[in-house]
Amino acid sequence: MLKDITLGQYLPGKSLIHRLDPRTKILLTIVYIAMIFCVSNPVWYVIPLAFLILCAKMSGLKAAQLLKTVKPLRFLLILTFVLNLFFSSGETVLVSWGILRITREGLITAVHFCMRLIFLVAGTSVLTLTTSPISLCDGMETLLKPLSKLHFPAHELAMMMTIALRFIPTLIEEADKIMKAQMARGADFESGNLIKRAKAMVPLLVPLFVSAFRRAGELAMAMEARCYHGGEGRTRLRVLHFQKIDWQASLVTVAALLLTILCRRWNLL
Amino acid sequence: MEQKPNVLPLRMEDVSYQYEPDARPAVSHVTLEVERGSFVAVLGHNGSGKSTLAKLMNALFLPTEGRVLVCGMDTLTEEKVWNIRRHAGMVFQNPDNQIVANVVREDVAFGLENLGVPQDEMVRRVEAALSAVRMSEFAETAPHMLSGGQKQRVAIAGVLAMEPELIIMDEATAMLDPSGRAEVLATVRKLNREKGMTVVWITHFMEEAAIADRLIVMNDGSVALEGTPRQVFSRVNEIKALGLDVPPMAELAQTLRERGLPLPEGILTVSDMVKELKNVLCPSK
Repeated sequence: MLKDITLGQYLPGKSLIHRLDPRTKILLTIVYIAMIFCVSNPVWYVIPLAFLILCAKMSGLKAAQLLKTVKPLRFLLILTFVLNLFFSSGETVLVSWGILRITREGLITAVHFCMRLIFLVAGTSVLTLTTSPISLCDGMETLLKPLSKLHFPAHELAMMMTIALRFIPTLIEEADKIMKAQMARGADFESGNLIKRAKAMVPLLVPLFVSAFRRAGELAMAMEARCYHGGEGRTRLRVLHFQKIDWQASLVTVAALLLTILCRRWNLL
Repeated sequence: MEQKPNVLPLRMEDVSYQYEPDARPAVSHVTLEVERGSFVAVLGHNGSGKSTLAKLMNALFLPTEGRVLVCGMDTLTEEKVWNIRRHAGMVFQNPDNQIVANVVREDVAFGLENLGVPQDEMVRRVEAALSAVRMSEFAETAPHMLSGGQKQRVAIAGVLAMEPELIIMDEATAMLDPSGRAEVLATVRKLNREKGMTVVWITHFMEEAAIADRLIVMNDGSVALEGTPRQVFSRVNEIKALGLDVPPMAELAQTLRERGLPLPEGILTVSDMVKELKNVLCPSK
């Protein structure tokens, strides 16, 4: 059962968005984030909204799946809304109740900030929902490669991510095994308050850490035996290629960004 | 790939190795030669120095005394280390701790990526290596979904893709179940027979050592017995004194000999035993 865990949020598929180059998707996500921050009036969230609907349609994601990614944010959203609602300065008082008053400006800011958060999370989720962690990792490595001239460890970072992804299922399986072994000897992981349960994890974590370090040592030796000597002079089995669809996607996204900037510039509404 | 038919894939000359300067040597004064295309088994119980010996063969450990030559290259020459490891591939004991990538195909390519092999050639070599260990259908699978035996076959493919002269199996079956062990042994035996791959098979399982061309028994860091499995396993009492198992038929033959039955040396299998017993008991046939 533990063997079938999926990593991250990736939903496998074969849609156009799934087939986009991971580099394109990462870069366009950054463009999208810029677009969100360019929105000056809550009304103009129609542009990212239209963009998101287009992405969802093309990737076969359902609105419910996208909204689900916003769900963990609900407390933060409520907090943001309430704080902005009551503590923004403004002239036009809508409701006043004791020292608390709600102004028109406060209401607008509150909606604005909440929309911004929702769109940020839902939009970036399109990236993580349609890109497997492996190709995300690949995309990051190629994008960060120019920085290695400035001694930024792009290859090392990508290698660490690959190894982490590779060993998560192995370590989960091992944790499960240790847990069962401890339970067989009377350990109790489920009852008691939070502190008691946290304490019960110690006999699980110690052997898990010891074994993780042992694995790391063995893996390092195995990698050396297979001639691993850093990123220098390394070739890759999977080579990323930009295709026509990548340019088209970029065009659409950049157009959406420009439109948002125009709306801001001309202060429409 | 360059062929050097005159150079032995592996040659160890009076090799010793100590983990710490004052420690008892883990390997002491071992001299051995591995011929091209041979299947050499190294047998020994825990702490006999057989795993240390393996790691001396591809420059993971460097000898404190003597020298190790892989295809004529001294492991002490630092600039040749990657070339040596390409020629002497190694498969380790724990199947989980030697697979680097998240997809079988990419793990097989890992060594080639490190060597800087061009991408189109890499694809070809990865396919060839996967089909040699009959794992082609799992090319896109995540390693953690495979059985232990399958993982070891992936590890073998990863080594094969580098087109080595010699494969060192460092107790590669020790953590597998009996069927996984049989699967890995059969794969390597086939590579040895059909492609002439030189194999050094390190193990503590007597049954595995019995199928080798040549058998080296390690004890206390040095070579205790050496020869063909038939020669070595006929020395039942010596092997038992080293704390190792003897094939049951070899032991039975020894017992029968001690009781006065004139059986020849070198009986390892049930069919050997049947044949020899027929000869002794019904000489007319």
